[in-house]
Amino acid sequence: MAEDLDAFRAETREWLEANCPEEMRQPVRDERDVYWGGRNAEFKNDAQKAWFEACRDRGYTVPDWPKEYGGAGLTPPQAKVLRQEMARINARPPLSSFGIWMLGPALLHFGTEGQKQRFLNEIARGEIRWCQGYSEPGSGSDLVSMQTFGEDKGDHWVVNGQKIWTSYADEADWIFCLVRTDKNDKYRGITFMLFDMASDGVSTKPIKLISGNSPFCETFMDDVKVPKSYGEDIPGYVGEINRGWDVAKYLLGHEREMISGAGNKERSGSLGPKLARNGIDNPVLRAALAEYDIDALAYGCMGEKFLDELKVGKAHPAQPNMMKYAGTELNKQRHELMMSAGGSRALEWESEETNGGTPARSWLRTKANSIEGGTSEVMLNVIAKRILDLPGA
Amino acid sequence: MPLYLNEDQQMLADTASEFMSEQGSIEKQLRHWRDKGCKDGFGHELWGQFAEMGFTGMMVDEDHGGLGMGHVEAGIVLEQIGRNLTPSPFLTSSVMAASALGAGSDDLKGRWLPGLVEGKSVFAIAVDEGPKHNPQEIKTRAEKSGNGFRLTGAKTFVIQGASADMLVVAARTSGDDSDDEGITLFAVPKDAANMKQNPVRLVDSSMASHVTFDGVELDGDAVIGEVDGGREVLNRMLNAGRAGAAAEGVGVAGGAFDRTTEYLKQRKQFGKLIGEFQALQHRAAHLYSELEIARATAIKAAQMLDEDADKADLMVSVAKAKVGKVARLAVQEGVQMHGGIGMTDEYDIGLFMKRDRALHEFLGDHYFHADRVAKLSGY
Ligand SMILES: Cc1cc2nc3c(=O)[nH]c(=O)nc-3n(C[C@H](O)[C@H](O)[C@H](O)COP(=O)(O)OP(=O)(O)OC[C@H]3O[C@@H](n4cnc5c(N)ncnc54)[C@H](O)[C@@H]3O)c2cc1C
Ligand SMILES: Cc1cc2nc3c(=O)[nH]c(=O)nc-3n(C[C@H](O)[C@H](O)[C@H](O)COP(=O)(O)OP(=O)(O)OC[C@H]3O[C@@H](n4cnc5c(N)ncnc54)[C@H](O)[C@@H]3O)c2cc1C
Repeated sequence: MAEDLDAFRAETREWLEANCPEEMRQPVRDERDVYWGGRNAEFKNDAQKAWFEACRDRGYTVPDWPKEYGGAGLTPPQAKVLRQEMARINARPPLSSFGIWMLGPALLHFGTEGQKQRFLNEIARGEIRWCQGYSEPGSGSDLVSMQTFGEDKGDHWVVNGQKIWTSYADEADWIFCLVRTDKNDKYRGITFMLFDMASDGVSTKPIKLISGNSPFCETFMDDVKVPKSYGEDIPGYVGEINRGWDVAKYLLGHEREMISGAGNKERSGSLGPKLARNGIDNPVLRAALAEYDIDALAYGCMGEKFLDELKVGKAHPAQPNMMKYAGTELNKQRHELMMSAGGSRALEWESEETNGGTPARSWLRTKANSIEGGTSEVMLNVIAKRILDLPGA
Repeated sequence: MPLYLNEDQQMLADTASEFMSEQGSIEKQLRHWRDKGCKDGFGHELWGQFAEMGFTGMMVDEDHGGLGMGHVEAGIVLEQIGRNLTPSPFLTSSVMAASALGAGSDDLKGRWLPGLVEGKSVFAIAVDEGPKHNPQEIKTRAEKSGNGFRLTGAKTFVIQGASADMLVVAARTSGDDSDDEGITLFAVPKDAANMKQNPVRLVDSSMASHVTFDGVELDGDAVIGEVDGGREVLNRMLNAGRAGAAAEGVGVAGGAFDRTTEYLKQRKQFGKLIGEFQALQHRAAHLYSELEIARATAIKAAQMLDEDADKADLMVSVAKAKVGKVARLAVQEGVQMHGGIGMTDEYDIGLFMKRDRALHEFLGDHYFHADRVAKLSGY
């Protein structure tokens, strides 16, 4: 077993050496360094394309998914080796998407064979880019109060309502969307629907963030026809009709795991050694960095433990909430320190030196980490209730 | 290696948990010996039971009658010790002294290890020379004298020093007070002439000793490892102790936390269980999160000591510091959330706060290790 893993490591190392271009071994600097896939996707450069295609052909966009759905079918220890080896050379993820992080795991758990064959392969191959239609203007933390309604018309629904904060809705091809299908049952009256963003009646309106970018939108649905079936064994919804809340919650677990940054070397690495290159002559800042580094390296251990336990079913089912809470609070602190260490240079909003204000924009973007996918306060509520079993929580 | 306990380790954890909560409980050990004003601060009978369980020699190699286990296993036992506030010589004798003696000659091992394995001997560690941990500076001197050495100087806060059959003493055989080189470790027997002990009781009811060496004559075979080359053995021993203290700290924090969440589910005020107040729920949930992270870090440090000890310095300090911060938070929140009753001697929560203070200080507090993390990281 251990020898098998050693052989796998050697083989992986060799493959990465041959296939991961030098340009793809740099930290992600801005949004365009991330490849999201989809119908309208464009590669930033040839290296990004080559790296994506090499991974896609080997199932390495989703290494631990089964081969028949576009993955490489790696075992948990193998997947860990691949993660370690990619981290070792700072390899970028070849493909990032809500399909990989959120919808995919939900389909693996709740999907029909037909849905898996079609949608998982599309995700793994970077062909379809998904967005998430959960939040509404009146329903954020209290998500289950959402009102977007689908009227049953036999073989389809007619959906009306509004979603908000839909990340990349204007660039996405399809949406997984929570739609109320029974107004009389709060929890058992929601259906988890899948539909094309190009459908008649769907429109989006970008919202500008404090970082100056517009990665999320208002999404409007006016008499949108959502078919109940896309073909044999391919329902237009996941799980059962009216039982979409189960799917939604399951997916949130994966979303929180992703936002937590568990296993992300960049985020759980220490900061002091990087900033020290320019010298730290203030002992108070040095102390703050040391405190941060302790927390970050400790969180890195937690990420490793969490992922190890997750893969063998040992993690508490509510543990992603704790990971999200800890990981996002830490990331906000990281960027606060980076801003402080950067001084006035970090304030530049449009300069070339900062690649268009990356430090400041990233700093502002991290403030969303403890809001998106469920706020820190909501995470603490969930821990109190589901893990600590505190009364009335 | 995955960062959770394997089946054997889980079995050990279950055994240690059962044993410690039964035999090593606060009632039977800590309070019992404290209320008696025991001069050792722990029970020798329990030490014998540790031996029957195989704990005393768990890190001793099999050739010398031990179990040849690693830091992860020792950490498992230590977490239970922490949880039950069990006073014992385990960390200093079975982890630290065993680590040092591992570098010693066969004669030295033959002389000291059997007593440890049988639970008859107790060892203490004499490194620090002031109230703050500072192993870099060692002023106690050992000068060549005949076939052996002559030891002069003073060591402070030697835990269980007056109860120990042997003290592992770090002394300077050459160089200046703060040099890396020129350190030698000695195994000094308790009856060495011209060694004086002045024991004091600490806040957690444990005993520490101020030891003076006024020209103590030692045989050459009291040397552990190489003359002048003791820094590495010392470091390894300190790392073993720090990782062990981190594991114990996870237990202290966990014990305090469990008592506190239990209390939140019992105590009523304003017509409600106080655990219903979100102000307390969020603090408890935050603490849970920190405690999980601290535990992961302690296991990681122990694994690294077992697998790649040369690269473990940084993670050992991260673990000692992180656990230190988290255990401190756990005992403070514990007392606070108990309200007035948390201030009483009758309730155990205050004992956790006292133990945390002493354990946190032992082998470097969180400030010491934060500084070490920065230095090891190049800033
Ligand atoms: C960058 C970004 C991207 C996003 N992307 C998407 C997306 O793609 N799809 C999507 O559906 N949604 C998305 N969201 C929305 C996100 O899920 C919501 O913003 C989030 O769930 C919080 O809801 P809200 O904004 O309505 O805040 P509110 O729920 O109104 O919360 C306001 C404040 O009250 C606190 N609060 C609320 N309830 C409680 C309670 N019970 N106890 C204690 N405190 C409480 C909150 O913690 C918060 O501090 C995104 C958000 C951001 C910032
Ligand atoms: C050293 C000492 C001296 C004292 N001297 C006197 C004295 O001379 N005379 C006298 O009458 N009393 C005295 N007291 C009692 C003191 O006033 C009470 O201990 C105090 O009011 C707290 O009440 P409690 O101990 O019942 O804790 P509880 O009320 O049971 O509180 C337990 C925990 O729950 C929290 N909690 C309770 N309600 C809420 C809520 N609504 N929201 C959020 N959190 C909540 C508390 O903050 C605390 O953390 C003394 C106490 C001490 C420790």
